[in-house]
Amino acid sequence: MAVDYKALKNGGFMRQIQKNNFSLRLKVVGGNLTAEQLTAIADVSKKYGKGYVHLTSRQSVEIPFIKLEDVEDVKQALIEGGVETGVCGPRVRTVTACQGNEICPSGCIDTFSLAKEISDRYFGRELPHKFKFGVTGCMNNCLKAEENDVGIKGAYNIEWIKESCTLCGVCVKACREGAVSIQGDGLCVDSDKCNNCGRCVKSCPFDAWKGTSGYILSFGGTFGNLIEKGAEFLPVTSDKETLFRVADKALEFFDKHANPSERFRVAIERAGWDTFRTEMEAAYRG
Amino acid sequence: MADFNIDETVDITDVVCPVTFVKAKVALEELEVGQILAIRLNDGEPVQNVPRSIKEEGHQVLKLTDNQDGTYNLLVRKTEE
Repeated sequence: MAVDYKALKNGGFMRQIQKNNFSLRLKVVGGNLTAEQLTAIADVSKKYGKGYVHLTSRQSVEIPFIKLEDVEDVKQALIEGGVETGVCGPRVRTVTACQGNEICPSGCIDTFSLAKEISDRYFGRELPHKFKFGVTGCMNNCLKAEENDVGIKGAYNIEWIKESCTLCGVCVKACREGAVSIQGDGLCVDSDKCNNCGRCVKSCPFDAWKGTSGYILSFGGTFGNLIEKGAEFLPVTSDKETLFRVADKALEFFDKHANPSERFRVAIERAGWDTFRTEMEAAYRG
Repeated sequence: MADFNIDETVDITDVVCPVTFVKAKVALEELEVGQILAIRLNDGEPVQNVPRSIKEEGHQVLKLTDNQDGTYNLLVRKTEE
């Protein structure tokens, strides 16, 4: 029987240049793996591969040199160790994330929980071409949100609490955008300059800034053959319900407008950014 | 705003990030809990980042004063571990 290489590839088995050898892509969400999963991966790589793994550019793990005849045994061994195989081809790929505010002092959002929700909702979904989500916790952008088809960046909507403020001036200096200034006995925020990074909130010694977590979405990023930065045009999204409503619509738009094997970016450009933007804004409003 | 009695001063204008924070931290370690340290620091990255790092260490930032010469004075009260 002929080997269905395409089906294997869709299931994460990437054909190597060595005949009948596959580099097996695993499912990783938000860049986290448990010790148990790592042990299972190590065991499989020793027993069925060459005893090493490759870390991909998007936080996944591949086990090279898996033999065609071992494919089913490998899958079983991984499942027993709590590891799922990844995907390739025209569908939603590994959802990446930085460590976010559960770990990192700079984080404005819980990136891992969000990455998991996105992955549970969309991972593996069939689309005209590959589709990547990435979640970064703050403006430092360690996870490079805008290189993804849909990027999500943590942000803060800010509110000044006059009663707690001593006008110490720390936030005025902490703000990199020059958006905060002391005017008389109050603080003034220039909303045109504020980029919602939340550095005023993080630096304030007196909790005189209240930061409410939100998401800045970017669309149409791609960093392969074509290099384009994802575009931001929506206001800060303040709840997950809105975020998923917009993301649903973005995927719907992609399905509707893209030719087969056409990336999201190219589809948006062909359909027109104005059309796309109007649809996303409508989804944002609900 | 109330004035504070300064117990010790440290000048971190002669070092660059990340030694700025290290030098401030070492100076704080020399103090007793409740004492106040005045830190002289440069405009730019030090004044953007050092106050926040000190806050994240759990100490109480009291005041930031612009010396009008490209440096700032930051008053910090040492807190318990």
